[in-house]
Amino acid sequence: MYRYDQFDARIVRERVAQFRGQVARRLSGELLEDEFKPLRLQNGVYLQLHAYMLRIAIPYGQLSPVQLRRLAEIARDYDRGFGHFTTRQNIQFNWVALKDIPDVLEKLAEVEMHAIQTSGNCIRNTTTDHFAGAAQDEVLDPRAWCEIIRQWSTFHPEFAFLPRKFKIAVTAAEHDRAAIRVHDVGLHIRRKDGQVGFEVHVGGGQGRTPHIAALVNPFVPEAQILDYLEAIMRVYNRYGRRDNKYKARIKILVSELGEAEYIRQVEEEFAAQRPGEKINLPASEVARIHAYFAPPDLAPKPAVSKTLEAAKAADPAFARWTRVNLHPHKVAGFVTVTVSLKPIGAAPGDATGTQMDVVADLAEKYGYGDIRVSHAQNLILPHVALDDLPAVYAALDAAGLGAANESRITDMIVCPGLDYCNLANARSIPVALAVQKVFADPAYEEDIGKLHINVSGCINACGHHHVGHIGILGVDKKGEEFYQILLGGRADEKAALGEIVGPGLKADDVPAAIHRVVEFYRAERASPAEKFIDTLERLGHQRFQEALYAAG
Amino acid sequence: MPLVRGGAEIANDCIFVPDGGALPQSGRFSVSFGRYLSLKQGRENGPLPDGIRLAPADDPAQLEPFLPEIALIEVDFPRYTDGRGFSQAQLLRRRYGYSGEIRAVGHVLRDQIFYMHRSGIDAYETRRAGLFEVLEALAEFTEAYQPAVSGPAAIFRKRDGA
Repeated sequence: MYRYDQFDARIVRERVAQFRGQVARRLSGELLEDEFKPLRLQNGVYLQLHAYMLRIAIPYGQLSPVQLRRLAEIARDYDRGFGHFTTRQNIQFNWVALKDIPDVLEKLAEVEMHAIQTSGNCIRNTTTDHFAGAAQDEVLDPRAWCEIIRQWSTFHPEFAFLPRKFKIAVTAAEHDRAAIRVHDVGLHIRRKDGQVGFEVHVGGGQGRTPHIAALVNPFVPEAQILDYLEAIMRVYNRYGRRDNKYKARIKILVSELGEAEYIRQVEEEFAAQRPGEKINLPASEVARIHAYFAPPDLAPKPAVSKTLEAAKAADPAFARWTRVNLHPHKVAGFVTVTVSLKPIGAAPGDATGTQMDVVADLAEKYGYGDIRVSHAQNLILPHVALDDLPAVYAALDAAGLGAANESRITDMIVCPGLDYCNLANARSIPVALAVQKVFADPAYEEDIGKLHINVSGCINACGHHHVGHIGILGVDKKGEEFYQILLGGRADEKAALGEIVGPGLKADDVPAAIHRVVEFYRAERASPAEKFIDTLERLGHQRFQEALYAAG
Repeated sequence: MPLVRGGAEIANDCIFVPDGGALPQSGRFSVSFGRYLSLKQGRENGPLPDGIRLAPADDPAQLEPFLPEIALIEVDFPRYTDGRGFSQAQLLRRRYGYSGEIRAVGHVLRDQIFYMHRSGIDAYETRRAGLFEVLEALAEFTEAYQPAVSGPAAIFRKRDGA
């Protein structure tokens, strides 16, 4: 993984010192809250319902064991013992005192971490495929380019006060696990005639007006991608709407201009760049950063492990976990492990400090020191030998991390909702937990197969309800919480927005309604291999909708 | 309001005359870009101003032909959240080669001055920050990742040279 050199380290240290000064000026009253707000936001500090919330950047979702242990320490020393992993591959602490935040940032800087640009109207943490570097279907490891984009976007002097926040996602695999089409900018790294380049998508997003991104350029050569991003950012900074916060995202600029005119403006700005404006990142720097992401030295092993097979035969729960939570690896005899943070009955994406320590230890012992956070709010051990899976599972299970539900119905993406967030209209975690309960039998859940349920407590869509195969959206109607159900969304390479199927349901009615839809799918699927989303596409929404409302 | 330029606090000798306001008979003054064009093109009679005040929506490209005769461009930040002035300054310096003074006016916060400096703004009319605060803000970061108009050289160039 990337390691700071003296330059990176100095920038982060100077940032901590700067923020310490800003907090001191705020606490002394020299800075008004209104003036402090953009400063704290660009350091990941939000004012939430109960307290300040600190969001820490996990660049492209990668952590070392040392970093994860430091997060565990912060959870214990400054929070209530746990942290919340987010859909942007970051972590949030909900109970940190403002006066302590400079100290927390200093502790993060010691392990090459920060909270820079995790909030505010600037370029946020660049996210990517959580299987990067291990997946069989990638053309190269996208993390190097994510790091290049991280450095380019960090304290960019021109783009720190954009009309609205700005999120970039990168994939290098045909199967899009980074949801690039619902990001402000989605980059798909491709190879063409021996050259590396980027397919550029712009203007995707969720929130109250969801959009699938427009394809703006099919292939920008790697040597030009930062200049091309500068053109995208400058057009947005100059012409994005600033009169209405809800129309300020780049998706609105793209849709109001129309794709063709938007593309023309970006290409015009790109063509207008003079030689002195070009970034000209030296090839040596690109190579330097790529070198940090060299794959671990994995000697191929037999594709079948006797140790593993014996353990599976002895323990059906373990056998199920290996069927559900593993993903194929580039190297024979290795797999990628998903550590589910969605056990039945717990807030999705939460992990205790103790659990973080367990995962850090496993990564160190069995996982080549590599840990990822997925946008589905789980942790990933990208490189684990088949022989080591029984030991890994045993330790995870003992720590309450043994749920076998990756990409299954109880592996929901859920926003914090009304319990924590001052934007929310409705609770989301309790509803998600009630739905989880219906599908808590692991054998039943495994039979249902892959099915994404995403839950948001308001139209800002932090729970990605637009792109869940089944989406649940909490709304407030005259003081009462209702839940609208959406069908047919997906965030992968066939990205689509779910459609609201009909009138909202009361919280108590949601679990049974979802259960009816799932049972309808099980009855109608062509074979157990046909996924929910495929059956839905084949049959259309109408009959699923009837099942949803068929209360009796 | 304090005006800081070239490492010193100086007296502001340039007054901004709003559209429709009477032009002064003596002393330095600035006007909007639209009014500058009126004066320049003879639609309005009067002395040419020393400076032009750019509104956030003004396009620096349209200023290009006049840049050699303009001593001062004021980039207006009506609200600190409006970052269009950073792009205007970058364009003026890096695309159109403007070498006169670019002065930030309006809601200029101490904590934006480092970015302003890097974008090519070299004078700051602040609301509350005085010379000490401005100099402190300019020195907060000794490194930067991107090429820019001024301030530290991009880190990748230093790495490449190392």
